[in-house]
Amino acid sequence: MSAAPATTASTLTQVGLLAGRAVTHVLRQPAQLVFPIAFPLVLLAVNASGLDAATQLRGFPSASYLDFALAIPFMQGALFAALNGGQDLARDIQNGFLDRLALTPMSGGALIAGQLGGALFMGIVSAVLYLVVGVVLGVGIASGVAGALVLLVLAITISFAFACFGTFVALRAGSGEAVQGFFPLFFVLLFLSSAFFPRDLIEHDWFRTVATYNPVSYMVEGIRSLVIAGWDGQALAQAFGISAIAIAFFLALSSHALRTRLVRT
Amino acid sequence: MSTLARTRSVALAVAWRGIHNSFTNPAILLPSVLFPLFFFVAFAGGLSAVQNTPDFGFPSGYSAFQFAFVCIQAAAFGGVFTGFGIAADFESGFARRLMLAAPNRSGIVIGYVISAMTRAIFVLSVVFIAALVSGMHVDGSLANMLSLIALALAVSATATLWAGGVAMRMRTMQAGPVMQMPIFILMFLAPVYVPLPLVAGWVHDVATVNPITAMLEAARGFISGEPTKVAITAACLAGMFALGVAWARGGLRAAARAG
Repeated sequence: MSAAPATTASTLTQVGLLAGRAVTHVLRQPAQLVFPIAFPLVLLAVNASGLDAATQLRGFPSASYLDFALAIPFMQGALFAALNGGQDLARDIQNGFLDRLALTPMSGGALIAGQLGGALFMGIVSAVLYLVVGVVLGVGIASGVAGALVLLVLAITISFAFACFGTFVALRAGSGEAVQGFFPLFFVLLFLSSAFFPRDLIEHDWFRTVATYNPVSYMVEGIRSLVIAGWDGQALAQAFGISAIAIAFFLALSSHALRTRLVRT
Repeated sequence: MSTLARTRSVALAVAWRGIHNSFTNPAILLPSVLFPLFFFVAFAGGLSAVQNTPDFGFPSGYSAFQFAFVCIQAAAFGGVFTGFGIAADFESGFARRLMLAAPNRSGIVIGYVISAMTRAIFVLSVVFIAALVSGMHVDGSLANMLSLIALALAVSATATLWAGGVAMRMRTMQAGPVMQMPIFILMFLAPVYVPLPLVAGWVHDVATVNPITAMLEAARGFISGEPTKVAITAACLAGMFALGVAWARGGLRAAARAG
């Protein structure tokens, strides 16, 4: 009797399997899908009404605060995707799933990429939805249809960058509580940026300085430029550049954290 | 021992435990201090240019305008955090033992409310000092400021009754979003960033009938030394407090039935 030939799935298949599992996990938990999508939209509606008076200020870059604020849900959606993705991975670590995976021939890179699949899925779904809701509510995309497509690509890239950060925290700390603990930090980064007000109209010098050094400002401004200004090469280059650096940086850190964790276990 | 004495004894014991836990555990105390501080910094620092819009009309400045919101928000969320604590007590089994031991169960709820109000006083003091350091103008008199504190404490008590009622019905930490989302939505469907006349669209219509709007306007009136909508705020709070008491008593009965 001959033994069945041992086969090792290709890296792509491994990534696909794990990503499929992550996506299924998101779909099976409506709270993970609905809340991160609905909450930013509620805040958008509230802020658009509450801060519409700000558009009367001299130098405000758009006639409607809704146009100006449409970039915010994309960022909040990315934050929630990172949080949920990180928590899922932390749970896999806590319940021993990662240890069992480590006994298989699966490569570390495939493991991280697969785990990021769920967060990426969330990023795509929420970005498309925010754009559609924005257009339905009357937001005009100044850069046109092509700009809308670039906006989606940028939003998904930003979402992926945050997901990489969430993955790193989960791998480094190994607990859902630790990932949750970073949630306020994400929000601090968002609120201390130019997300809610143009940088040049912020009155307090210290706040403007913080917002200028805060990379989230440039991500928001990249998305916003496509909505209210048209094609702004500098804003787009900064947004894509910072996101790409963040992805590379946190993927490298995640890879190192994964190696450390597997050695530890 | 009279019923009143038994209730007081239970209330003070539960309140002392809640206060002790809050002030000896940074994980409990820090979020309730840091979140209002952060909101104050983010809103008063980042959005202050909004005060230059025509018809803004708040003489004490944007920091004072936002401090009133942060005050009410901190008080309300202090109540929600206390609700988290009640839910945690049920998850750990402590609350069940407490209900068996307490000769008067209403005292348990009163104790949680007292601990929430004590924590609110501490949090508001910290935020108030931070606001003064950052240059906030207070044009209200001492009586106005005491009225503002009384308003915040009443909000804290009402929010605790709401969150406690939810916690006692669901008896799990997973009830957290149910406790905080309604309060969060009510808070933000009020004139948070600008006075009510400047709020646009459907939020203006909702804010007009939202009781939090009256509370915010009263709080801003106290800070600017021009009290406004005090009577309607008092009436709203009295009504919400009465509903909260009924809601919390129902929760207590539900928890007792669950054993």
